Amino acid sequence: MSERLYLYPIWIRLWHWTNAILCLVLIISGVSLQYSNPEYPIIRFDIAVTMHNIAGILLTLSYFVFVIGNAFTPNGKYYKTQIKGLFESLKKQAVYYTVGIFTHAEKPYPVTKDRKFNPLQKVSYLVAMYFFLPLIFITGWGLLFPETNLTNVFGISGLHLTALLHGIIGFFISVFMFVHIYFCTIGTTTWSNFKSMIDGWH
Amino acid sequence: MKTGFRKIILLATGLLLLSFPALSQDDKEIPANVIQNQKCFKCHGDKFYSFFNESQGKQVKERMNPYFVFDSATFYVSNHKSFVCTDCHSSDYENFPHNGNLRMEAKFQCMDCHGGDETYAKFNFEGIDNEFHQSVHSSRHDESFTCWMCHNPHSYKISARNTENLSQTIAYDNAICLNCHADIDNYQMLTEKENPNVLVTHDWLPNQKAHFANVRCIECHTQNNDSILVAHLILPKEQAVKKCVQCHQSNSILMASLYKYQVLEKRNKAGFLNASLMNDSYVIGANRNIYLNIISLVMFGFVILGITVHSIIRILKK
Repeated sequence: MSERLYLYPIWIRLWHWTNAILCLVLIISGVSLQYSNPEYPIIRFDIAVTMHNIAGILLTLSYFVFVIGNAFTPNGKYYKTQIKGLFESLKKQAVYYTVGIFTHAEKPYPVTKDRKFNPLQKVSYLVAMYFFLPLIFITGWGLLFPETNLTNVFGISGLHLTALLHGIIGFFISVFMFVHIYFCTIGTTTWSNFKSMIDGWH
Repeated sequence: MKTGFRKIILLATGLLLLSFPALSQDDKEIPANVIQNQKCFKCHGDKFYSFFNESQGKQVKERMNPYFVFDSATFYVSNHKSFVCTDCHSSDYENFPHNGNLRMEAKFQCMDCHGGDETYAKFNFEGIDNEFHQSVHSSRHDESFTCWMCHNPHSYKISARNTENLSQTIAYDNAICLNCHADIDNYQMLTEKENPNVLVTHDWLPNQKAHFANVRCIECHTQNNDSILVAHLILPKEQAVKKCVQCHQSNSILMASLYKYQVLEKRNKAGFLNASLMNDSYVIGANRNIYLNIISLVMFGFVILGITVHSIIRILKK
């Protein structure tokens, strides 16, 4: 039995679950809007619009909590990444996930007090949190205030391009969510990582 | 590098020069009737008119009734720009002062000229007339509600077929509706009812401003008809479109109304469902890229497959 580590302070847990619920609401309402069909509605269109708008605004606010929290608490250090040797470490972790995990090999980057994330987690969280999310916020707020968009970009409505980008990023975030939830089952037990995010202890 | 730059300058200059003849030709085009009509516009084209009052023996300046003032610039770009005023109005109007009885003269109606004429077959005026008579504009008003109420013969300009800028068409067409529905004077010419405030009656519309700027009133307030480009069957307000998904779906009604002309002209772009919407706006649920849909489905399929296979092997190797 390895040492128990308190890795998830209360603010991270609250932020995380708020973030998770809002993302799920946004994905479901977003899919319902994008593929709206009067015969098979996932959620009634006007309700989906309201849900998506409210959840989007709340997610933006929660994002500021995340950024400010990481800037002013020790949690930010877990996201620091060194480019040197990154590819090798990513490869090592990928090999573990695709082969080692089935042969019960040692984890190449086990969780410690100073290393909450393995290299693959770190890179995927960085991309999701500091690239995809800002982009989806910018495009989302652009869609919330359509008059702020460029009227025409090379013959195509600026609003259309914004929406297209919003949809594509939304898709990538959805994929991230799927993979993230699945990988959370790869803990000591299937539910241990979920439990950690409830009581804070790893 | 220098030669390339020169080529660009030469090409740009050439294009600029090529555009001049077209511009100047339009600018110089003077309608044949302009001289004949000038006699009328001299008084009816301005807020004031002056004439020599023989009884008083002096030049008199008077105010023109604002409802009889017509902007000549607007007239000469309108559908009826080639008309001489007396084509529709009695030639007795050429005499001044006008005979008072001339005001009793029956005015021409659209169908007097446009009905049964093969020249206008593509517009299907008979169909439009038929729709108009079924619409609330005709059925809930007396005969004084004519085509002129919406289509001012002195300024009306067809827009849905001849503009690339759909925003202009939308603004122009909506202004026709708002001319009565947002103007108490014009509204009460036809009814004693209180004119409802369109902003209040449409306050349920999310992003009201964007909707008003990007769709015409008739998109929701008329019944579409395949044989007419612009529907004229104005429905009772209870039957207006109120379900978002009627526009916001792949089978959007906008494709049979606002974007009908573009659809007919087949201005589609490969891969985009309802591609006509692309240039002007974005309608959630109606704009879809078929290729992106396929790519996203395939990628999602692989993710699910990967997760399934991975979890099965994990269970087996436990």
